[in-house]
Amino acid sequence: MPSITEIKSIEPSEFQKFSLSNERLVHMLKTLVKINRFEEKVEELHLVRGLLIGPAHLCSGEEAIATGVISALKPQDLVLSTHRGHGHAIAKDIPIKLIMAELFGKVNGVCKGLGGSMHVGIYTEKGGLYASAIVGSQIPIAVGAGLAIKSKKRDNIVVCFFGDGATNTGAFHEGLNMASVLKVPVIFVCENNQFAMSMRADASIAARSIAERAAFSYNVPTFVADGNDVLTVYKATLRAIKDIEKTGGPVFMECRTYRMKGHSVHSQPKANEEWEAWKKRDPVTLFRDKLVNAEIITESKFEAIWEEIDAEIEDAISFAVESPILPFEELEKFVYAGGWKE
Amino acid sequence: MKVLTYAEAIREALREEMLRDHDVFLIGEDIGTWGGAYKCTVGLYEEFGPERVIDTPISEAAIMGAGIGAALMGLRPVAEIMYMDFIPLALEQILNHAAKMHFMSGGQLRVPLTIRTQYSLGRAYGPQHSQFFPSWFMNMPGIFLALPSTPSDAKGLLKSAIRAENPTVFIECAGLYHRFKGPVPEEEYIIPFGKAEIKRTGKDVTVIAISRMVHEALATANELEKRNISVEVVDPRTLIPLDKNTIINSVKKTGHVVVASDDTKTGGICAEILSVINEEAFEYLDAPMKRVSAPDMPAPSSCELEKQYIPNKDNLVKAIIDIL
Repeated sequence: MPSITEIKSIEPSEFQKFSLSNERLVHMLKTLVKINRFEEKVEELHLVRGLLIGPAHLCSGEEAIATGVISALKPQDLVLSTHRGHGHAIAKDIPIKLIMAELFGKVNGVCKGLGGSMHVGIYTEKGGLYASAIVGSQIPIAVGAGLAIKSKKRDNIVVCFFGDGATNTGAFHEGLNMASVLKVPVIFVCENNQFAMSMRADASIAARSIAERAAFSYNVPTFVADGNDVLTVYKATLRAIKDIEKTGGPVFMECRTYRMKGHSVHSQPKANEEWEAWKKRDPVTLFRDKLVNAEIITESKFEAIWEEIDAEIEDAISFAVESPILPFEELEKFVYAGGWKE
Repeated sequence: MKVLTYAEAIREALREEMLRDHDVFLIGEDIGTWGGAYKCTVGLYEEFGPERVIDTPISEAAIMGAGIGAALMGLRPVAEIMYMDFIPLALEQILNHAAKMHFMSGGQLRVPLTIRTQYSLGRAYGPQHSQFFPSWFMNMPGIFLALPSTPSDAKGLLKSAIRAENPTVFIECAGLYHRFKGPVPEEEYIIPFGKAEIKRTGKDVTVIAISRMVHEALATANELEKRNISVEVVDPRTLIPLDKNTIINSVKKTGHVVVASDDTKTGGICAEILSVINEEAFEYLDAPMKRVSAPDMPAPSSCELEKQYIPNKDNLVKAIIDIL
């Protein structure tokens, strides 16, 4: 019988058991803040400062998933991201000035300005394998990456992020089935933020839950985590990795969260009761409070982190603004990779 | 030289590349113990095992996605889509991902993926198993497109496709698999992309023919020779990249052009080749150019109707006589 395991959080008494040093915990907090502040700045750059145009799908409120999952990985593990991928890129330690320059369409961006906001997760130097702007399409691609790891007998793993909406695509169903049949070392992480643009997950997914979809239809061991609690997500990921080490994979994670901003920066959410309830469970605040209560960090230290990160983001903005664009004449050389394997 | 069927030549190319490079593997439906729907991969599963000849569920999008993902990691997958008519099921992966990855990653990502498929026109397989639509890929910058007409071209071009750093769509012609034999060099060889071959030299008219139509064009040349009309047959072999020079030099020599392909006429591959000639060699033309293609309708399954549907030697003879 396929398993669905609900993961509980890690309490301060267990920090040691999960090798969570103070340094590590503070690093996680910094990552959460960095993602949160980055998204706020991007919104400001679009709507207030008028420096950015084009799409930007913000992951505000979902910071704990990227942070929790990627904190549990090794640097050489590979990540496939989505159109809502700024957080994945930041958590994967892709320098924010390169991410920002990409948003500005500049040559110093991760993709030289040719990809844009929906592809900032592509940075191979840091294990950012791919980011798809087509919902769900990265899922079969992750299967292939896992297949390559298996065939080359490497010991890294693949993490594939996608949203609740992706679980209604053909690519999800073909991909999950094939992953399970071929037994590839991939963690499929569903960031269930309850919305696919305007469509609610509960109105569009016929299964009782996304977790059941993966576990019962495709016989993939599944973990369910509170997507707003970074430590729950982290713990679920550790369990998933352990599972892959044992069985060869794949594993599925459903992280339940809420999209606090609109579908894109240009649409605003309605602040209703549901929104208010999730606002009280803001991932940054939840984790800050936990660390403050456990006396791992002080309020003033937290303020200092916040300010330090804001300054870093402003530097990234200056870097992006000052960066040149790729000359149009050079575009042609990016169409074909060129060369043949001898 | 040895004599191989078109299918045998493909199998030889796959086998040689798999022996040469351990990163090469095959993925697709029924390519393993079954040996492929058209027996192109017979024996490879037995020789290379299930890790390098991977049988998949009927999941074209996942086959293509898995091929792309493995290619990103440095492997050289050969993903097979059994019938070209099934390509649309995988097209999103080809169009949005394989074709664009190198560009939109600013050159970080490479997709050395070969996509093998075939069209079955002429075998009474009906509207959903016979269509030939190479022109679709002409709107996908980032893709190479190869269409071999002979066993030696099939082998040499497939080896190039597998070694290419770019995704290649490799369209075979099922009508040629077992019915058509031809000489293939004994020694190791590859055929570079973007090199057309003049399959027959002539001086009165240039017929630029794609895939199976190369053989109709050669038959046409034989027939017209008796009427003192000298036909040059040019086979581009790859449409992306397209060897414009060989085509234009031939046009300069003959001043007359007919383009021939099995796809439907409107917006088809012939239109693109005619446009290239129009833009780059108009002053050398002595007459308006013609195209010989399938009519703008799905392929009928009735054997007799299909015979009338498929462009053939008689259509080519008529087109040539019309412009000379």
